[in-house]
Amino acid sequence: MSVTLTIDDRQVTVPEGTTIWDAACQAGVEIPVLCHDPKLRPVGVCRMCAVEVEGARVMAAACVREAEDGMVVRTATEKVERCRGMLTELLLSEQPKQSPKEATTGDDKLFELARAYGVKVRLPQGNSRPQDDSSPAIAVDHQACILCDQCIRACNDIQNNDVIGRTGKGYTTRISFDLDNAMGKSTCVTCGECVAACPTGALINKEIEVPLRPREQLKTVPSVCPYCGVGCAIDYHVDEKENKVVFVDGRDNPGSGGRLCVKGRYGYDYTAHPHRLQTPLIRVDSAYPKGPLSAAVQSSTGEYEGKRKRKRKPGGIVDYDEVMPAFREATWDEALDFAAQRLREIKEQHGGGALAGFGSAKCTNEEAYLFQKLVRAGFGTNNVDHCTRLCHASSVVALLEMIGSGAVTTTFGDIKNADVALITGTNTTSNHPVAASFFKEAARAGTKLIVVDPIRTGIADYAWRFIQIRSSTDVTFYNAVMHVIIEEGLVDEAYVQKHTYDFDKVKESVKGYTPDVAAGICGVPAEAIREIALAYGRARAAVTYWGMGMSQHVYGTDNCRCIISLCLMTGNMGKHGAGLHPLRGQNNVQGASDAGLIPMVFNDYQSVADDAIRAKYEKHWGLELDPKPGLTMVEIITGALEGTVKGMYMVGENPFLSDPNTNKVRRALANLDFLVVQDIFLTETAEFADVILPSSSALEKLGTVTNTDRRVQVVRPVLTPPGEAREDWRVICDLSTRIGYPMPYEHPEEVFQEMIELGGAYKNLTYENLGLSGKLYPCDDPENSDGTVVMFGDGFPTENGKARFVPVQQSGPEELPDEEYPFVLITGRMLEHWHTGVMTRRSRTLDAIEPEAIVEMLGEDLQKLGVVEGDLVQVSSRRGSIRLKARETHRMQPGSIFIPFHFREAAANVLTSEKLDPDGKIPEFKFSAVKVERVVAGAPSERRAASGAVRRR
Amino acid sequence: MSKIQEHRVMLKYADDPEQATLAGYRHNGGYKALEKALESMTPDQVTEEVLASGLRGRGGAGFPTGRKWQFVPETDKPKYLAVNADESEPGTCKDRQIMELDPHQMLEGSLLCCYAIGAETAYIYIRGEYPHSIKATERAIEEAREAGLVGKNILGTDFSCDVWVHPGAGAYICGEETALLTSLEGNRGYPRIKPPFPAVEGLWRCPTIVNNVESLACVVHIINNGAEWFKGLGCEGSTGTRLFCVSGHIARPGVYELECGKFTLRELLEDFCGGTGTGRPIKGVMPGGSSFQVLTPDELDCTFDSDSVQKAGSSLGSGAIMVFDDSVSAVEVALNIAEFYSHESCGQCTPCREGSDWVRKLVARFCRGEAREGDIELLMDVTDRMDGTTICALAEALVWPVQSYVRKFRSEFEAGITRRAAEHEFGGFSKPVESVP
Repeated sequence: MSVTLTIDDRQVTVPEGTTIWDAACQAGVEIPVLCHDPKLRPVGVCRMCAVEVEGARVMAAACVREAEDGMVVRTATEKVERCRGMLTELLLSEQPKQSPKEATTGDDKLFELARAYGVKVRLPQGNSRPQDDSSPAIAVDHQACILCDQCIRACNDIQNNDVIGRTGKGYTTRISFDLDNAMGKSTCVTCGECVAACPTGALINKEIEVPLRPREQLKTVPSVCPYCGVGCAIDYHVDEKENKVVFVDGRDNPGSGGRLCVKGRYGYDYTAHPHRLQTPLIRVDSAYPKGPLSAAVQSSTGEYEGKRKRKRKPGGIVDYDEVMPAFREATWDEALDFAAQRLREIKEQHGGGALAGFGSAKCTNEEAYLFQKLVRAGFGTNNVDHCTRLCHASSVVALLEMIGSGAVTTTFGDIKNADVALITGTNTTSNHPVAASFFKEAARAGTKLIVVDPIRTGIADYAWRFIQIRSSTDVTFYNAVMHVIIEEGLVDEAYVQKHTYDFDKVKESVKGYTPDVAAGICGVPAEAIREIALAYGRARAAVTYWGMGMSQHVYGTDNCRCIISLCLMTGNMGKHGAGLHPLRGQNNVQGASDAGLIPMVFNDYQSVADDAIRAKYEKHWGLELDPKPGLTMVEIITGALEGTVKGMYMVGENPFLSDPNTNKVRRALANLDFLVVQDIFLTETAEFADVILPSSSALEKLGTVTNTDRRVQVVRPVLTPPGEAREDWRVICDLSTRIGYPMPYEHPEEVFQEMIELGGAYKNLTYENLGLSGKLYPCDDPENSDGTVVMFGDGFPTENGKARFVPVQQSGPEELPDEEYPFVLITGRMLEHWHTGVMTRRSRTLDAIEPEAIVEMLGEDLQKLGVVEGDLVQVSSRRGSIRLKARETHRMQPGSIFIPFHFREAAANVLTSEKLDPDGKIPEFKFSAVKVERVVAGAPSERRAASGAVRRR
Repeated sequence: MSKIQEHRVMLKYADDPEQATLAGYRHNGGYKALEKALESMTPDQVTEEVLASGLRGRGGAGFPTGRKWQFVPETDKPKYLAVNADESEPGTCKDRQIMELDPHQMLEGSLLCCYAIGAETAYIYIRGEYPHSIKATERAIEEAREAGLVGKNILGTDFSCDVWVHPGAGAYICGEETALLTSLEGNRGYPRIKPPFPAVEGLWRCPTIVNNVESLACVVHIINNGAEWFKGLGCEGSTGTRLFCVSGHIARPGVYELECGKFTLRELLEDFCGGTGTGRPIKGVMPGGSSFQVLTPDELDCTFDSDSVQKAGSSLGSGAIMVFDDSVSAVEVALNIAEFYSHESCGQCTPCREGSDWVRKLVARFCRGEAREGDIELLMDVTDRMDGTTICALAEALVWPVQSYVRKFRSEFEAGITRRAAEHEFGGFSKPVESVP
C-alpha cells in the first residue's frame, strides 16, 4: 500500500508507514533535524523538524509522524521558520562559549544549523551544567548537550549497553550514566557509539596523539579493525605529516554496521608508540649464551622480590633500556643475509625438520600464504603453525571431521533470524563486543539466548536462561540435552536421514546421560537441562555460537563434537537463523587458516599427506614437498626444548606469553640455536632472538583479511611504516629469496590470485570487487552479491556429501583441584586488552582503563583468604607462581578464579599446563588447579582504604 | 438564599460514612448499573448509551467519552483501561472526593468501561500525594474482589476484569494521558507523540482508554438512569452534573456538584459562593485550573457552561475555579504559574524545556522590577513560538495563562520595567537580546 501526499506543493507517493521526513527527502525537500538520524529510532524531541499539517492545530514532528494519503504538509511557513529560529537560538544560548566540537572536528550540527539559518549567537552563552572528565577516552560537557537523546539511543538501541539515560526534569534535565554516575565510574564500556552519534560538543573524543581536527583537513582511509575476528569496518582519519591517526569512525558495512568497540575506536595509537622497532637488530656477542633479558621474562615473580633494583616500579610494558643493550642495529641486507645463512646451515646440517615457523593471525591472508609457502618450500618442512592452535584448533578438527568444513556455517548477524541462540563458552561482550551487540539486539527482538558457561559472562545478563555449569562438564551437559531431545522425539528425522550418518552411535552413547545424572555432574537442576533441550529442540531455527570456553580444553574437540551433533540432529543447518559459528578471535585467524598456516594442510584445508594435492603444489611451486604433516605449536616448543627443533622464524607471535607453561617456554626458547623474530615491538619472545626484523603494523600494509563470518575484506595502508620497518610480505619474500627459494612478488594481489589458483574457496574475488565492504566467501557472483551467509543448504563437502555424527563420552580434566591447589583457574581476555598486551598496553586509552594485572574472584573467596580487593595475592600452580592484584567479581563460581593473560609481569600461562587435546592439539587454558595466597600483611579493614577505586562491571 | 442549588448525583451519598464500604454502597443502590449492563446490555450498547448521554471527559480536555471508547479497534491484542486519578492540576480536588468518600462508584464505572471496550485489566493511576485515596481505593478493590465483582467471571458472567492501583510518584506530567501510560510501563513519565492515540496504541502498545475518575463515576448513573435522563441535566454541550472546586479569595470555598447552563459565572461566585469574603472586589478568575486564561471582572457574565466560558476566552478545564481579589499582583500570579509549569516541565522536548524556563526568568524580571523596555514583546514572542510546537500540552498550559495576564493586566507588567533597564536596547529572537538572568 502506498500513500500520496503533498509536501510544499510537491506531490510524492511513498509506501504506507513512511514518515513525513523520509517522504520529504524523497521529494527533495530538506527538513532540518537535530535529534533524528536514519540509523536511530525516531523520537521527535528536538522539534526542529516540526511542520504544519493542514487541518491540525499543532505542528507535527516530521521524523515521527507517518505520511497519510491526501495529507498536505508545509515545511517552510512563517510559523515553522519562527519555531526553528526560536529553537536554534534557545539552544545556542545554552552552549558554552567555545563549543568543544567546533573547536575540534568542527562538525557541530547545531552550529551548522545556526549558520544555515543566519542565527547569530547574540545571547550570553553558557550555563552552570557541569563537565565530566572522568572517562579516559570521552569528554562530556553537559553545557553543550541539547538533550537530543541520540547518545541514549546509540547506547541502548545500537550497542545495547543501557548505560546512558536521562536524569532531572525540566530545565535541569541532563543525560546521565547509570544512576547519574560520572562516566568513568559507570558501567560504560567506552565503545564511543555515543560520541559518534552526538550532534554537538557534549560528547567528544579526547585527543590521543595529535589534536583533533576537521575530517576535511585529514586523509581518510577505509580499512578494517586490527583486533578481533568481527572485523569491523573503520575509517581512519590520518594526519599525513605526523604519520599518525587522529581519530576514527565506524564505517557502515554489512557485517559490523558501523559499530565499534573500545579497542577499535581508541586502540590505534600503538602504531606510533616510541617502542616501534625501526631498524633490523642482531644480538651482540656479549648477550650469549641466550636467555631472557628483562626482569619479568627472567622470573614470573622476580620483580616483586626486589632482585632487579634498576626497575623503577613493578609491572607495565618492557623497559627498553633493559633489553636493547643485547642488540645492535644492522642493515636489512646484513640482517637478512645473516638470518638466511644460519637457517640454511641448520637445514643443511639437520634437515628441514629442524626448522619451524610460527606465522600470525594478525597478518594478511597473503602474508600467511607466503609464510607457509616459505616454510614448506624454503625450509622444506610442514612445521608451520599459528595461534589458531591455541584458540579454535579443536573446533576446526571437529568441524572438518563431521561436516567437512572448518569455517562458520552462518554469520553472527544471522542471529536475528533465530528463535533460539545457544551461546556457550564465549565471553562475547569482552572478546567480540560488536558481535555481542547484535546478540543483545536479537535478544531484545525476541530471540531466546541460552547462555551456558561456568562464568556469568556479560552476555548472560541478556540471556533467556543462563546455565552456570561446573567447569569442564560440557560434554555431560550437551549429551544430556541430546538425551532429552531424543527422548522427546524432537530429532529432525528427515534431516538426519537425508544429510547425515552414524546418528545411531550418538543415540546409543547419550543413553546414560539422563538429566538427573547430568544435574549432579554439571551442578545445574535437571529441570533446567530439560527446559533448554525443549527450547532448542522445538525452535524453528536455532543457532550456536561458541568460543574458547569450549575449545581450550584437553577434550576441546569432544566439546565441539557435542554441539555439532546437537545442531545436526535437530536439522539446524542450511537455513537462516540456524547453524554453527565458532567465534574467531583474531582479525585474520579464519584467513590465516584458510591460507594454510596449519601443519597438516595447504591453503583451503588441502592435506599435505594427499599425494594428488601435493603433486599439484609441487608442480606449481616447482620443487618436491615434505609429505609428512608438521608439528603443531606446542609440539614445536617441546621440540625446541628437546633439541629436535633448532631454528625458528616467528612472525607476529609471542609464544612466551601466549603458550602454556611459561617456565617451559622460557627454557625452550633459550635452547633454540637460532631464532628470527619479526615484529613491531621487542616482545618477550624477541628477548630470545638472534635476529629481530622490524615489520609493519596492521595499519601499514595492503592485503586482505577474513573475519569470523568468512567476510574477506581489503586492509589498506593507513600509515607508512616507521623508520626502515617493512611490510611483512616483503620481508618474507626477501628472506625466502636469500634462503634459495625466490619469491619475486611485486604486489599482494598476485599472491591472492595464486592462493585462489591453488584452492578455490576465495574463487571470483579480486581486490576490486571486494571493494569497501568485502565479500562473504564463497561468492559466486561478486558483482551482484555480498556472498554466502548460510552454508550447506544441501549437503556437505565430505566424501559422501553427508555429515557424520561422532559420539563422545565425558572425560575429566588432566588436573583436578586438591587440598594443596584448591582453586580452578580459568584464563582469558578482558575487553580493553588484546592477547599478550603488546598492542593494547601501548595504546594510551586502553592502558589507562586497565593498567595492571588482576585476578577476579568472588567476594566470599576473597574473604576466606583474608584478602580485600586491591590486595596483592600470589597464585601458584604446580608449574609456577605469579603475583597480581585481587579484584572482586560476582561473575565467578565459588572456588573458581579468572586471570587475563595480557600481563607480562604476571603471566597467566606460568600457571597453565602444556597438556594437549589429542585431536586438536590445543592446550588446557580453561582449567588448572591453583592456590591463592595473600602476600601483604595487615588487617583487611586498613588495607581497604588504601586500595582505591577499582572499576566494576 | 441563592437561586443556585447543588444537584447531587455523584456526591449524593458522600455524607454517608458507610458509602465507602461495599455494603453501604450496595445499600444505596451500588453495582446495579454493572448488574444491568452485564445482564441486559451488549458492550456496544453501553458505549452507545454513554455516547448518547453527551458525557464529555472531566479531566480538562472535554473530549466526548463515548466517542473515545469507539476508537478502540477490533484486534486480538489485549485492551486496557487506565483510570487517570493523578489529580494534579492546581486547584483541583474533586476526584479525591469520589475516591475517598465513594470509591466503589469509580470502581463500578471502571468495570462498565472495561466491559464496553473489552478490557480485562484496569489500572487506577492515583496521585502519590493522595495516600487516603490510594488506601480507600485499594480497600474497595479488595472488597469487590472478595464479592466477585472484580476478577474472574464477574457476577457469574463471562466478563472477567482485574483492577490494580498504581500510585504515582509526584510528577505533574504523569497526569498527561500518554505520560501516565509511559509511567505505568515503568519508564520515565514522558508524554508520547500523538498520533497514535492511546485508544489505538496505548499501554504496552495495546488499545487503552484513559478516563478521568469523575467521567467514570458519571457512567454509573448514565447506565442506571439512561442517556436521556443524563441529557436532561445541565445543558447542551455540558450535560449531566459536574463537580467544581472553588478556592482562593472566596467566602464559601468547596467542592460543589452543579448543573451547568443555569446561571452565570458571576452569579456562582458572588451569590452562591458569597463573593471574595475579603471585602475587596474580584480581580481575576481562573475558571478551569491554572492552565487556562484568566477572566477579568467584566468577563464574568457568561453563562456557566463549557461552550460559553470558551466563548469568553477561557475554559472550564478540570473544574477548578480559583479567585483572587485586587490585593493580588497579576504579575505575581503569572510568575507563580510560570514557576509551577517550568518546574513541572518533563524536559523531554526542547521548546518546553528551554522555553518554559525562559518565560519563568522573564516574568521574574517583571516581578523584581528589573524588566527592560521591550521585554513584554519578547515574552509574547517566546510564548507565541512555543504554542503548538511541543509533544504534549504542558507548554500551552504555561503559554496561554501567561499571555492572558500580559494582555489583561499590561499596565502592571509595564510597571515592572525599570528606568535603568529601559535604557538598554531591546532584543528578541530576530533582534539582539541582552542577558536573561
